[in-house]
Parts: sequence; C-alpha cells; structure tokens
Amino acid sequence: MKYLDEFRDPALASHLFDEIERITTQPWAIMEVCGGQTHSIIRNGIDQLLPDFVELIHGPGCPVCVTPLGMIDKALDIAARPDVIFCSYGDMLRVPGSSTDLYQVKSRGGDVRIVYSPIDAVDLAEQHPDREVVFFAIGFETTAPANAMAVHLANQRGLTNFSVLVSHVLVPPAIEAIASSPTNRVDGFLAAGHVCSVMGTSEYGPLVEQHTVPIVVTGFEPLDVLEGIRRVVAQLEAGTAELDNAYARVVTEEGNLPAQQMVRDVFEVCDRQWRGVGEIPLSGWTLSSRYANFDAELRFGVSDVDAPESELCRSGEVLQGLIKPNECPAFGNECTPRTPLGATMVSSEGACSAYFQYRRLDPPTRREPAGVS
Amino acid sequence: MCLAVPGRIIEVREERGTTMATIDFDGITKDICLAYLPDIEVGDYAIVHVGFAISKVDEASAKETLRMFQELGLLEDELAVTGGTEPTAPEPSTIEPVSGAGATS
Repeated sequence: MKYLDEFRDPALASHLFDEIERITTQPWAIMEVCGGQTHSIIRNGIDQLLPDFVELIHGPGCPVCVTPLGMIDKALDIAARPDVIFCSYGDMLRVPGSSTDLYQVKSRGGDVRIVYSPIDAVDLAEQHPDREVVFFAIGFETTAPANAMAVHLANQRGLTNFSVLVSHVLVPPAIEAIASSPTNRVDGFLAAGHVCSVMGTSEYGPLVEQHTVPIVVTGFEPLDVLEGIRRVVAQLEAGTAELDNAYARVVTEEGNLPAQQMVRDVFEVCDRQWRGVGEIPLSGWTLSSRYANFDAELRFGVSDVDAPESELCRSGEVLQGLIKPNECPAFGNECTPRTPLGATMVSSEGACSAYFQYRRLDPPTRREPAGVS
Repeated sequence: MCLAVPGRIIEVREERGTTMATIDFDGITKDICLAYLPDIEVGDYAIVHVGFAISKVDEASAKETLRMFQELGLLEDELAVTGGTEPTAPEPSTIEPVSGAGATS
C-alpha cells in the first residue's frame, strides 16, 4: 500500500504530500514516538513518498519493544511458578527474554493467559482464590489508567491473591533524553495522540522551549500522520518552535482528568530502563508505596537478572533513530518475526517488524490518484 | 494492546464498584469500563483502549476509523474476540507478527 490512491482520501493525501514538498527547502529529520504511527508510516510508505529532504526517524514508541529484558525475565520467572496464573496483553507473549518467552513457559505447563482488559485479571483473581494471579502491567500513559484501575479494584474488593508486575514508561522523558543526546539528529517531534488524550498536552511545552524543537500532537491514521509532518515542517521552515495539536478532535489541553487522578493515586514516577536505550531518569511509573502489597516483584522476590541482549541485535540503535531496521545485518536473516532477536521485531508496532512486513526492496512509485490532477 | 478503537455506547450501568458500558464496535459488542469518561451518554462514541473508554470522539471520525480497522482485518484481533484466554504456543512456522495499525504509545 504505497500508492496515493490507496489512501482513504487520495486527493487530500496528494495535497498534503505536495504541500510538504512545496514548503521543504532543506533537510529535516522528524521523529515519531508512537508505535502506531510507525506502523502507519511504514505500511503506507509515507516515508518513501515524502520528499527526500524529509527523513522520518522511528523513535522508542512501542511499549512492548522497550520493556526491559530484566522485566521480561522477572515475568518468565513468575509465570513458571505452579501456583500462579500469569495474565498479559497478548503482544508480550513472544517477546524474547534472555532464554525463553511466555509462550514457551505456557507450553511447558505455566498458566499464562491473554487478557483483553486488566479488569479481566482482577476477575480471575476473584474466581481463583487459591491461586496467585499476576498481571503484567506494561504500557505508556495511555494504558496506565486501565492498569491502575485494576489495582484500585483489587484493593477495593479486598483481594490478597492479585498483584501486578509494573513496567510503565513515559513519553516526555524519552523525548527529553533523545533531544538532549549528543548524537541527536531530530529536528522536530510528532507526539503520540492517544498518550496526549490521557495526559493532555501541557507536558510538552517545556520540551519545546528548552530544546527549541517543534512538537506536534498527531493521530495515527495515515492522513493524521501526514498532517502532523506538514505542521512540523512548516514550523521548521519558518524557524519557529511551538507546541501544536493536529489531533484536536480527540486531544484536549488538559487531557482526561479522572484517568490522571487514578494514575497519580496508584503509581509514582521512577527511573526506568528502556530496552535497547538504557536508563532514562524519571521515565516510568511504578506502584506507589501505599499499594506496595500489590507489587509482584516484592511478593515473589524476583530480582534483576544481568542478562545481556543478543550481540547481533541492534534494536537499540533502531530505537534511537541511528540506523534503519534494514541496515542491521541480522534483519531478515537471523532475526525475523518468527525468530526475533529483539523486541522491535516482535510487536507489529516495532519498527523492525513493520519493515519486515511492508518494506519492499524496490522503491515505491509515486503515482497520481485517479481524478486528481 | 497498542490499538485504540472507537465504539458506540449502547448501555451504561453501575457494576462492581465502577461504571461499565456495553459498546458496539461495528457489530462486535464488548463490556467496557467508563470510569474515565463519566459524562458520556448512550449513543456517544468513545475511543477504547484495553477495555477502557479514554476519550470521546465524534461519530464521523469514529466510523472512519472503524472502517479502517475492518478493512485491515484488525478489529476482531484487537478486541480479542478470537484470542480467548488460553493461548497455546504456536508452532514456529505459524507465528506471524501480530497485526496492528493504531496506537496508543
């Protein structure tokens, strides 16, 4: 799907591509920090249809991909225990730990279950009072309110056999880390629309000011992404750096206040390791001390395992935008979605998986949509 | 887990300490927690992520997004309609990347 006439509104897509091309006079690098945007960009060939001057860098926007290896190993340790029902979002099951993954734990007899909503895990705990039910609470700010509600409800229902393995990550500190890096190449950022639908947009203003970098809140559908790119390029060409919202039909400045309140009640900010990136200060949420009795790490005494990543895997460089997925020698060879070396090849929102699914060797041809001159 | 899908509220009720709703996703109905959108009403559209309504959205936008999910064949996957709760380890030859197109991250 790399032709303009395959966009939902080919005329609008064509107009946006033309407008971006018209206003672009010099090279710009724009980073999206949203796995859905990455998927949308690669699937629709947006990066290939843009003018050569506009480069898209796929940032660490996939929560599955950045969940640290040590946390995956803790999940595998807990999930293998006979008294445990281990509940997870489905994307996590094939993420490689240092020696195995949750699917393999399941195949060896572990009780690993996919849940759609974290509330399902709370219900399971209530239905199985003789078992320990553990929920793998990962995600960005969009997912945190749901995971927080699970803890809140378990507490409200007086459940003592429910706990959560928390590995939440936050977008603004990641943007801060990238923009501050001596190797930073990013001229402007697309901020993740659904993260902002929960958190609002105010966290991004200080980043814009401190780093003099345009940030545009952007949705994930192809035309949303194009409009976000257009707005970033327009700012860069005008020499301005402002916070802009190109997803106002969903995102408000204040965000979802009840969700923020629940998150603040259940979680507190912590330093967090990002798989492939390293530790970013104050970039995660963990259980606040008043909910420590729901902390699976404490309950099961799992400790950090010093497990090195595959020497072949260069997902860290991919996540930082230093290389494209297909520039990694293992891409498509030792590393495929069937045999992933790193998490970026596992989740469909990971850049490596998206490249593997959609990127063709031959460059796409830009062709005019029918009826558009 | 990364997707957020719009659906239409068809019933709202208090249940077990929180507000729940039945939401219609283009023919598939799911029970969804409304705790974070307390003011939404039957007939409204909301963007839903991992079983929680997180943001109100207008009907036209919701329908367009739903059409995209349907065309990509992602709606049932995302709503875990066929996923069940008892995953079995697939043979390596059958493992394909989980499809996804929307996002929350």
